[in-house]
Amino acid sequence: MSAMPFGRVEPAALFRYVLRLGDLSLVLGQRLGEWVGHSPALEEDLGLANIALDLIGQARLFLSYAGEVEAKGRGEDDLAFLRDQGEYLNATLAEQPNGDFGQTIVRQVLIDAFQLELYERMQTSTDERLAAIAAKSLKEVRYHLRYSSGWLVRLGDGTEESHVRAQTALDKLWPYTVELFAEDELDRAMAEGGIAPRLSEVQAAWSERIDAILAEATLKRPKDRPHSWHGKRGLHSEHLGYLLAEMQHLQRAHPGARW
Amino acid sequence: MNAAVEALRVSRAWTVLAAVEDPEIPALSIVDLGLIRSVELNSGDTLEVQLSPTYVGCPATDVIRRSVEEALRSAGIGRFAVASVLSPAWTSDWITAEGRRKLAAYGIVPPERTSSMRDVLRKPVACPRCHSSDTECVSEFGSTPCKALHRCRGCLEPFEYFKCI
Repeated sequence: MSAMPFGRVEPAALFRYVLRLGDLSLVLGQRLGEWVGHSPALEEDLGLANIALDLIGQARLFLSYAGEVEAKGRGEDDLAFLRDQGEYLNATLAEQPNGDFGQTIVRQVLIDAFQLELYERMQTSTDERLAAIAAKSLKEVRYHLRYSSGWLVRLGDGTEESHVRAQTALDKLWPYTVELFAEDELDRAMAEGGIAPRLSEVQAAWSERIDAILAEATLKRPKDRPHSWHGKRGLHSEHLGYLLAEMQHLQRAHPGARW
Repeated sequence: MNAAVEALRVSRAWTVLAAVEDPEIPALSIVDLGLIRSVELNSGDTLEVQLSPTYVGCPATDVIRRSVEEALRSAGIGRFAVASVLSPAWTSDWITAEGRRKLAAYGIVPPERTSSMRDVLRKPVACPRCHSSDTECVSEFGSTPCKALHRCRGCLEPFEYFKCI
């Protein structure tokens, strides 16, 4: 057997795994960008836009690396703007619509806490590039969670209306969290190759963190239910297509256009 | 080429870089901010400059890179290559003492040390004008990714805090 260039995993598998990471950040960043000019207050406009920028920055690092691993000459822009919905591998939670501010915040808390626990453990990945991206992004994700969890506490433990809205959003989005931790053969191969942590470990830490935030926010943790979403395998909800249509429009209409 | 000439070229490069302003906080140079990891001459007589990005999505990153290239080119420093390095990740601890002084003079509270990060997330930031510690964080994100927006309850003035990262 010839030596594999990426440690103990196949390049094709690593490519798909890195896309999962990059697409999660990219899709969530694009969603947050929709708030620009529409947030409840100027501070929130700045906050959400800044988080979006960080996430798109993460996506650039992941997608550039994915392109190198694939070695077919595709760069970050090709991967972001010229892939169809079925080739996007983000967990389905990221593409869920913004809804009201409360729903945006709930989605953000759930994903921020996931990225925080994942990157924390990925800093020691056998893949040096992923370890470096994780270490760099982790510093920023801490601030994202500080922002989103601060808001969730204010909304949950706020007025009757803000509480109801936050709880409704939590009930609505919770089923999608199951997919984040549903380990498939790709996740398993990455964990066994030392590229990524075991998802069960990430889940345990995530769960503890989320419980603490929900308790402070006086919100009730919904029950886990089996999920039927498989965005990580390219099977998405109806929302992703619209998001990509907007995000990719310019490059599709004017291929290769540059600033 | 002898060692003295090489050392001179490297030290000239540092001088040139020390004059490159940060596009968002022009009071500081990129050296003050600790963005230059290293300047070295390689065996091919090319000056290699390693640059650390601050935040992964910071729009200033590309501008900084272009300013560095322009400055080195117009200084006639010879062949050079600018590379962006992710690891180790940039930390606000790398802001120099001079950089911290300039930040404060500019009205931006310099970051706490990351070693005290756990406290920092709770401890109030003192107002740069009246030094009251009765302040509140208005937003985790200010006019740039690296700063948070605070307000002093003492003198009622808003101020920016350079985040510890």
